[in-house]
Amino acid sequence: MSGSNGFKSFFIEIGELALFANRFFKEVFSRPFEGKELLRQCYSIGNRSILLVAVTGFIIGLVITLQTRPTLEGFGAESWMPSMVSLSIIREIGPVIIALTFAGRIASGIGAELGSMRVTEQIDAMEVSGTNPFKFLVVTRIVAATLMLPLLVLLGDAIALFGSYIIENVKGEVSFVLYFNKVFKVLEFSDLIPATIKTFFFGFAIALVGCFKGYNCEKGTVGVGAAANSAVVFSSMLLFVIDFVAVFVTDIFFEL
Amino acid sequence: MSIEQNISKAIENIDTKSVMLEIKDLRKSFGDNHVLNGFNLKLYEGENLVIMGKSGSGKSVMIKCLVGLLQADSGSIKIMDQEINTLNQKDLNILRTEIGFLFQGSALYDSMTVRENLEFPLRRHKTRFKDASNMNELVTEALESVGLLHTIDLMPAELSGGMKRRIALARTLILKPKIILYDEPTSGLDPITSKEIIALMRSIQKQYKTSSLIITHDVDCARVVSERIILLVDGVNYVEGTYSELSTSTDAQVKAFFK
Repeated sequence: MSGSNGFKSFFIEIGELALFANRFFKEVFSRPFEGKELLRQCYSIGNRSILLVAVTGFIIGLVITLQTRPTLEGFGAESWMPSMVSLSIIREIGPVIIALTFAGRIASGIGAELGSMRVTEQIDAMEVSGTNPFKFLVVTRIVAATLMLPLLVLLGDAIALFGSYIIENVKGEVSFVLYFNKVFKVLEFSDLIPATIKTFFFGFAIALVGCFKGYNCEKGTVGVGAAANSAVVFSSMLLFVIDFVAVFVTDIFFEL
Repeated sequence: MSIEQNISKAIENIDTKSVMLEIKDLRKSFGDNHVLNGFNLKLYEGENLVIMGKSGSGKSVMIKCLVGLLQADSGSIKIMDQEINTLNQKDLNILRTEIGFLFQGSALYDSMTVRENLEFPLRRHKTRFKDASNMNELVTEALESVGLLHTIDLMPAELSGGMKRRIALARTLILKPKIILYDEPTSGLDPITSKEIIALMRSIQKQYKTSSLIITHDVDCARVVSERIILLVDGVNYVEGTYSELSTSTDAQVKAFFK
């Protein structure tokens, strides 16, 4: 009985999320545009995530290279390391892991912020003052996250490749020029473009879920915690679903 | 005629007998919970009308229906001759500039300074307040009227509960509304701060000539500010009168409030 109720409420929530997304698309193109608030959100979401993304990217590069090197050495194929690492980072590992860390920071942050604004009636106060709170709070955050995540992923990918180069330089005495020559020789736009396109969807999904959970928060301070928590869980799960669809579509168009 | 012209005409025709706000047969339910069951109210120009009732009697639901935060199931709400249930979102937002709303928890925007909190509604209505220097004057004037000009660059987290309530009041005043709705203005405050807020409400009414609808449990607040009181029981008007009439009533439900 409770299982079927859980199943039902899950699909109700998906439906409500779809309606929320529909409202976003209606309001994003209608006036007035909240340009100043959008820039503030881009700064808050983008600039303040740089350190997190840089550290994550650097460690991804180091770890992948360290873990993979012994296996390739066994086959005498160390020279394939730059090609292999760059392809896996650019196509999959960079976007997914950086998006997951971004979800941890941004979805929970947005969920908690909007949730707290909801329970302390700040959203109602905004509405009563003649402002559309959905446009001011939700639209700006979703657009900012959609625009910022691809840039952060490109930065994270570059730093991950640099981390990988450091290990190659220490362990295999590979020079900077040689390493990146090999990287750019194997990388094609068909690797970068689909991976970058999917990060727009990742950014959109993360902020959409964060805003949805926070904007519809109930039950006081307990609800704020629950909104922040479920925003991270739901958006992380959604990332993998989007990733699967993106890889599937990429395979159709680019034959992976 | 546009909503601005309608509101201007209504303001021109205001006299002491003018009805600023009228509710007829308001009904609102949440599932099987019937909160408002045909509530009626008239608020006259310059009047302080207090609504009293125990928790769950529908006071907050009623006040939220007034400003369009909740949609009533049926009934009529007219504010300055405008039926709010028939207004589109744009016209409702214009009408909302004539209504100030003091929330129970103050509802100051946490991420903004006091100055930004007060500028926020002004920036939303740029056509009325184009001039930036005018904006600064309006912020200063509103903060001076609540005696908290020195807090202008502080964040809400740095203020006490009473100060937050006064800043919230300054924010509601900044658009110079004709009607102010107070949702439990003294709840959660110590007796001294409550008295300060009550005194402020009276001085604001004198200074800005507003009509006020006050929801409260606080009998002291009702005694000092009210010209008329409506007791709300189970979502309908139970009794109406002045403080002295109700406080001497022999009805058990009324006595329970004023003992």
